Amino acid sequence: MLWPLFFLMTAIHAELCQPDAENAFKVRLSIRTALGDKAYVWDTNEEYLFRAMVAFSMRKVPNRGATEISHVLLCNVTQRVSFWFVVTDPSKNHTLPAVEVQSAIRMNRNRINNAFSLNDHTLEFLKIPSTFAPPMEPSVPIWIIIFGVIFCIVIVAVTLLILSGIRQHRRNTKGPSGVDDTEDKCENTIAVENGIPCDPLDTKGGHINEVFLTEEERLTPL
Amino acid sequence: DGRPGATHITLPPFGKGWGGAPCLPVPRSPAEGLRAWAMEKARPQWGNPLQFVFACISYAVGLGNVWRFPYLCQMYGGGSFLVPYIIMLILEGMPLLYLELAVGQRMRQGSIGAWRTISPYLSGVGVASVVASFFLSMYYNVINAWSFWYLFHSFQDPLPWSVCPLNDNLTGYDEECEKASSTQYFWYRKTLNISPSIQESGGVQWEPALCLILAWLVVYLCILRGTESTGKVVYFTALLPYCVLIIYLVRGLTLHGATNGLVYMFTPKVEQLANPKTWISAATQIFFSLGLGFGSLIAFASYNEPSNDCQKHAIVVSLINSSTSIFSSIVTFSIYGFKATFNYENCLSKVILLLTNSFDLEDGFLTASNLEPMKDYLASTYPSKYSEVFPHIRNCSLESELNTAVQGTGLAFIVYTEAIKNMEVSQLWSVLYFFMLLTLGIGSMLGNTAAILTPLTDSKVISRHLSREAISGLVCLISCGISMVFTMEAGNYWFDIFNDYAATLSLLLIVLVEIIAVCYVYGLRRFGSDLQAMTGHTLNWYWKAMWAGVSPLLIVSLFIFYLSDYILMGTLQYQAWDATQGKLVTKDYPSYALAVIWLLVASSTMCIPLVALGIFITHCLKKRGTAAVA
Repeated sequence: MLWPLFFLMTAIHAELCQPDAENAFKVRLSIRTALGDKAYVWDTNEEYLFRAMVAFSMRKVPNRGATEISHVLLCNVTQRVSFWFVVTDPSKNHTLPAVEVQSAIRMNRNRINNAFSLNDHTLEFLKIPSTFAPPMEPSVPIWIIIFGVIFCIVIVAVTLLILSGIRQHRRNTKGPSGVDDTEDKCENTIAVENGIPCDPLDTKGGHINEVFLTEEERLTPL
Repeated sequence: DGRPGATHITLPPFGKGWGGAPCLPVPRSPAEGLRAWAMEKARPQWGNPLQFVFACISYAVGLGNVWRFPYLCQMYGGGSFLVPYIIMLILEGMPLLYLELAVGQRMRQGSIGAWRTISPYLSGVGVASVVASFFLSMYYNVINAWSFWYLFHSFQDPLPWSVCPLNDNLTGYDEECEKASSTQYFWYRKTLNISPSIQESGGVQWEPALCLILAWLVVYLCILRGTESTGKVVYFTALLPYCVLIIYLVRGLTLHGATNGLVYMFTPKVEQLANPKTWISAATQIFFSLGLGFGSLIAFASYNEPSNDCQKHAIVVSLINSSTSIFSSIVTFSIYGFKATFNYENCLSKVILLLTNSFDLEDGFLTASNLEPMKDYLASTYPSKYSEVFPHIRNCSLESELNTAVQGTGLAFIVYTEAIKNMEVSQLWSVLYFFMLLTLGIGSMLGNTAAILTPLTDSKVISRHLSREAISGLVCLISCGISMVFTMEAGNYWFDIFNDYAATLSLLLIVLVEIIAVCYVYGLRRFGSDLQAMTGHTLNWYWKAMWAGVSPLLIVSLFIFYLSDYILMGTLQYQAWDATQGKLVTKDYPSYALAVIWLLVASSTMCIPLVALGIFITHCLKKRGTAAVA
């Protein structure tokens, strides 16, 4: 007597949970990508945990009747690992609207991920977009701080150099007696020939000797 | 030191314009002459010859060695490109470098004064050099500003160009960033905030503007005291890039996939030697890499002792410049190889993921090694489903990843950053890399500004009224103000205009006139005996042959080639960034941009004939005036 009831239940289940059924979601897990050698095998126990997590998410929705694990149906489990699931109402006649399920999953996404040691990329709910964590922006961008430091250092260095240059210039112009000293020094160090000073080749000057520049001869004939 | 003995050297009687003729009667009284000699400011000098060599190296070794040579190497035959490169170095690079250094050391003045000494009609050459240097320093410092920007952003975890920013409702990544890559997005959107075309100029972006002001302040700091400060800074700017390059070489060679890039680069494609473009590119690269014609080398050499051995220095600097190019291309290609391998493996995993998801295969079943046979198996077993998926399967190829040859700012700020973000401890590598770019750029800027400032400080009119600090400050301020154009939204397009046209054709003409002036106006024999008197070295037959014959011919052929290339090209086009597609598209320049291009080229080239004409006219007028008086 129980057999027809059992077949009826399976038939209803089969109707409710199908790929691309109304209010059904596809889930895809990439366990080996996430965990490598420590990957666990996906078996019925893991499925049970999944159904429990979905039920938990639905229960956390306020003003909703208590959802049991038996209300969450899984089907079409593949090797990938991927499957479809639906959440039915307590009468098990029809499925809960996709919008409610979606918002419940989104709010508890982190908990679901952690239960399976996966993240948003390796535990995918297709059709449920995950919200990325907003990036942490410090109040002042870091680059401005570093820019400010270097800018101040450069300004200080420039000011110091300019000030020391001005001081040196003032010291040079302040001493007219210095010229006479150099004159005496010049008498001693410059080689003099026939009483006329010679400018040796290694003078740090290289100024043009105006004597040899007459008007016509200034232009080199091409 | 190399001074030729303690005896007085009697110079041969060339007389016109060369001061310091010994033991010949001076018209003023000895005391008056002495006072004048003492009052006149001594020409500043390098602290020691090593500072001069480092200054030349840090000027010549610039960003072009890092981002232009590897590209040329890749485009024109890999290892076999070294053959035309070295040949051009011997035929063109070393002789022209020696010429400029010798002229500067002999005349002991900046570019305008030096050429005026040879012949006043030729002072236009000096003016053209100064104008070209002015254009160059305006746009070159923008690169330093970008390097500062990236350097300051390298102190974050994660690096800002390694992740795409999220879109407004936090459900996915920014659309432009998805279509392009995160490094491209950071460059085009966050750094440049580039507009879709040159017509939409937008406003000045304050962030790059701040970095530009900082860059100019740093340059001002380095040139403030003339050779005294520059001489100390060049130790740093010449040596630091090599330290970083060595560190990068070791890191680069140990990266996964580096050998792919190296093998690809150094495999010689000998058939490229028959392509005339290979030889032209080699000649052009040597020419521009050494920074000839700007007047910077003349300026640097003018601060030398006359007995300095500039022949040896010329050979050393040109060899170091070329070997740095080759060295940095080894580093670049190992980085290329790493990036290409990384992208190739990424592409493969994307294909694997796609197939795994579509056919619900077991996770980890498909690997890189069994991908091809599995694809055939799937195609045969599930033909309908496979044909659905097939259009989305990308053909991953390591060759095509390596083939993406990039040069210029794209290489430095997009490709390299993409490789850096995948390395471990990427912040450290990023900081090192951008610091190296900065020192390379600032080293070259020192030369550029010296080319502008030396003629200005040599001029008695200007230096009587303004101190050296004031002149440097004014030049930096004016250049900074004008180069704010490059921080606008369309600034990068104007940057490309300046980069391609401001100092290319005009430099060829300037250097051509320089060689002809020295060899045929001044006289090769006369110049050779001057050099012998100064340094003690006789002029080799090699230098004579190159100066008098080979190098001018090479430059003339380069000039003709480029001129014909520009004329034949018709409309000039540029690459514009399309934000909606996430890639570069080609557009035509508007008419006012073309006008600016012609103005740029003309303003430096026309200086030479115009100044000569001006001097000729003033000379004629004066002659007529004196004739009338007489």
